Amino acid sequence: MSAETLLLTILLLPLAAAAGIIITRHSPDIREGVTLLSSALVAILVVMLAVRFMDGEAFALTLIEPLPGIAIAFEIEALGMLFALVAGLLWVVTSIYAIGYMRGHNEQNQTRFYAAFAVSIAATMGIAFSANLFTLFLFYELLTLSTYPLVTHADTPEAKQGGRTYLGILLGTSIGLFLLGILVTWSLTGRVDFQSGGILSGHIDPAWAGLLYALFLFGIGKAAVMPFHRWLPAAMVAPTPVSALLHAVAVVKAGVFTLLKVTIYIFGSDFILSNDVTGGLIWVAAATILIASMVAMTKDNLKARLAYSTVSQLSYIVLGAMLASKAGLIGASMHIAMHAFAKITLFFAAGAIMVASHKKKVSELNGLGRAMPVTFVAFFIGTLSIIGLPPFGGMWSKWYLALGAVETGQLLLLAVLMISSLLNIIYLLPIPIRAFFSTPASGEHYTAIAEAPKPMLLAMVITASACVILFFYPDPFYRLAGLAAGGY
Amino acid sequence: MVSHISLLLVVVPLIAAPVVAILPRGRLPWLVAFMVAATCAVLAGMQLWAVLYEGAISYELGGWAPPWGIEYRIDAVNAFVALIVAAIAAITLPYALLSAEREIPEDKIPLFYSALLLCLTGLLGITQTGDIFNVFVFLEISSLASYALISLGRQRQAFTAAYQYLIMGTIGATFYLIGVGLIYSQTGSLNMQDLATILPGVLHLNTVETGFAFLMVGIALKLALFPLHLWLPNAYTYAPSVVTVFLAATATKVAVYVMLRILFTVFPQGFAVTTPADELFIVAGIAGIITASVYAIYQENIKRLLAYSSVAQVGYMVLGIGFASATGLTAALVHLFNHALMKGALFMAVGAIVYRVGASRMEQVHGLGRAMPWTFGAIVLGGLSLIGVPGTAGFISKWYLVSAALEQQAWISVAVILSGSLLAVVYVGKLIEALYFKPVSAAGKAVSEAPILLLLPTWTLVLANIYFGLDTDLTVGVAEKAAAILMGMTP
Repeated sequence: MSAETLLLTILLLPLAAAAGIIITRHSPDIREGVTLLSSALVAILVVMLAVRFMDGEAFALTLIEPLPGIAIAFEIEALGMLFALVAGLLWVVTSIYAIGYMRGHNEQNQTRFYAAFAVSIAATMGIAFSANLFTLFLFYELLTLSTYPLVTHADTPEAKQGGRTYLGILLGTSIGLFLLGILVTWSLTGRVDFQSGGILSGHIDPAWAGLLYALFLFGIGKAAVMPFHRWLPAAMVAPTPVSALLHAVAVVKAGVFTLLKVTIYIFGSDFILSNDVTGGLIWVAAATILIASMVAMTKDNLKARLAYSTVSQLSYIVLGAMLASKAGLIGASMHIAMHAFAKITLFFAAGAIMVASHKKKVSELNGLGRAMPVTFVAFFIGTLSIIGLPPFGGMWSKWYLALGAVETGQLLLLAVLMISSLLNIIYLLPIPIRAFFSTPASGEHYTAIAEAPKPMLLAMVITASACVILFFYPDPFYRLAGLAAGGY
Repeated sequence: MVSHISLLLVVVPLIAAPVVAILPRGRLPWLVAFMVAATCAVLAGMQLWAVLYEGAISYELGGWAPPWGIEYRIDAVNAFVALIVAAIAAITLPYALLSAEREIPEDKIPLFYSALLLCLTGLLGITQTGDIFNVFVFLEISSLASYALISLGRQRQAFTAAYQYLIMGTIGATFYLIGVGLIYSQTGSLNMQDLATILPGVLHLNTVETGFAFLMVGIALKLALFPLHLWLPNAYTYAPSVVTVFLAATATKVAVYVMLRILFTVFPQGFAVTTPADELFIVAGIAGIITASVYAIYQENIKRLLAYSSVAQVGYMVLGIGFASATGLTAALVHLFNHALMKGALFMAVGAIVYRVGASRMEQVHGLGRAMPWTFGAIVLGGLSLIGVPGTAGFISKWYLVSAALEQQAWISVAVILSGSLLAVVYVGKLIEALYFKPVSAAGKAVSEAPILLLLPTWTLVLANIYFGLDTDLTVGVAEKAAAILMGMTP
């Protein structure tokens, strides 16, 4: 298979899967078979593509050109490859998990769920391989729209309200600010393609560049930079597999990924560094890191706490992007992967707790660890990786982010990163500790509660192990991140 | 043969109209009307092709040379608009068969198709003619036919709506006629080409300026430019569904065309800038986009919601005209085409709901999206195009409009265009919530999907929305040519 065919297959396979899921809706076993098969195939194909890319194969592919100079075009590039690799590998794991969850939880409308899920993956892949801002924007909006039925899955008034916030903020920022940013870029340079070194240099007065960067920073609402972060907690009404893959990995990472792309390939890190484009804006990211962590502490609902933790962690990546130094960009890119594996583990565990014990609140978890040891060990591993302790993958990205702060002489930002790690400890670590060492409020021991269904456990074990493996073997992601940042 | 196409486009539906009126009841009138519309669409396509590859067509009626005789003069601008009108008619008529049988009394069916053909005659005539008085004649033909069509609506309010439109439309037509008279009194000519050579010499005359003002106000009434739009929401709401589809997709578009013609061909390009007209267009466009979009959000009737959205969309087109630049005109023309596609699709889908439940009030359609998935899908995709999501035709329109605004550093307009999209998110979202998330009423449970004959034309337009969002050779290509002609950039 040529690399072009490989890429198109990765894009089209999830769409074909969505069609297959709808066709086979009357026999759930075949329907889930379609999901599993196609997600496994996508994972294999993504790995194949990554291997080829690392061997130096590269290409660009223009599908159609709706307007002169504005095409739907794809290319393989290091950062996109990294993002596609993360999303592709985690989709198959999440599919295994979702089957256990949706059946264990007796959810309704499962066909719609799996179909929309597959379309979301197609949109994510489209974002990852976009060769220009227009294509990226197209799939960015498709991702918003295809995840909307997943957010409102429960069909309750609460879900509808969550869906409104979700759609309102994401579409509002993308149409009002992001699209404006793209149009301004287009009117200044006459192009929208991603090019290493950026395209804006020489076309924009550096004094205005900060304003344009702000359009992207706030317009890319999926990056959840405050004050446009409210959609993410709102999206937590969705079933947990959605929160796990889409709202801890695909959707939010699509946001920070887009911002990284804009930083590296539209502005160019040299242009940002030499003109101090992001000097003021970087504090927005710093503030988001700290404020979101503090909000997370106040949340008793487990998924809400994890959501705010995600908001905070996303801004690590945003901050790394805005540092625009080599280490900062490497750290930011690697954090896309590292945070993905850790956070998905946490969400998997949260969903397992919900299915097995119907508990949603942190304060109800006392003593549950003895009834669900695998779940809480996985949760513990994810927690440590998020905090950034060895021997877990999360350490590497934090290392490079901190290095980036030092490299650019931003010691105050270094302090922010350190404080935030402490806050992570405060709001995440007590959860497994409570589960293992506290006794339930009523004094009873959980005898009726057992571990969640096997597929869910399997998924959790895979992602938790990945957190450990990524500490010893971060090389694929490190190499891709290094390439994206412009060499090691 | 090619030279006769322009005449045939008007004559064929004109002759067919009385024939259809006397045909027996049953489906024969429909069949004839459909064949006429299809013929017109083919002819309009051939005409556009001829104009694009062989240059402008001039056809002298009765062999009288212009400026004394009436001349049909076709260039890329009107050939484009004629194609939109004829193509929409050809797609609407298959839809009309069932929808009209459901909504219009059986004994009026032949008359209905007759009036529809007359309306088509008028609209096509406006696009074909090169004579400003002749425009008035065709304007009246199409308007009178549409008053009759609107009054065929089942609810009693249809009469009021038709009457309201009659009064407002007549005022508009009268204003237009006064304008024509004033200009004739100073130039002695009615031929557009001829006027284009005479007018530059007499522009300083107050009479000509007054004539210009009358013309503009008259046309603005016809195209429902805010705040002269008051007739439109009622007319669209209470007319039979198929009439709404046809009028929404064609009537205001043709009025926009007339405005472009008068502004840029008849009067010398740049004249509007010396009058308050261009600022007024921008102000009215902006006010229309915002006000009508906000109004749309609060409507409790789907048809009325979409009608207010149409007023807002007219605002976009007029805003593009107000920029008076090549990009602005391209945007206006592209949106003219794209809006015909999206509103056609949306009103058809709503018509399919009306076909099933007989009503278009929000609370009567709760939850029907689940029972009618294809109709619902059409509304979702049409709505996305209305919002301007990339990959749909609506995005192309918005892209050009914002580009035109950025060209002139018109930041307020940029903000307004983008806010208009956001307001569209709200009202489309409201529609989708009502159709999908509200619990189904007891009566709604028995509803099934619309018949295939309604779905096919609807989805033809829906798919066209996607297609023209990805391939813009026809839309943008022709619109750019047309804009260049209007700006006087090509000989």
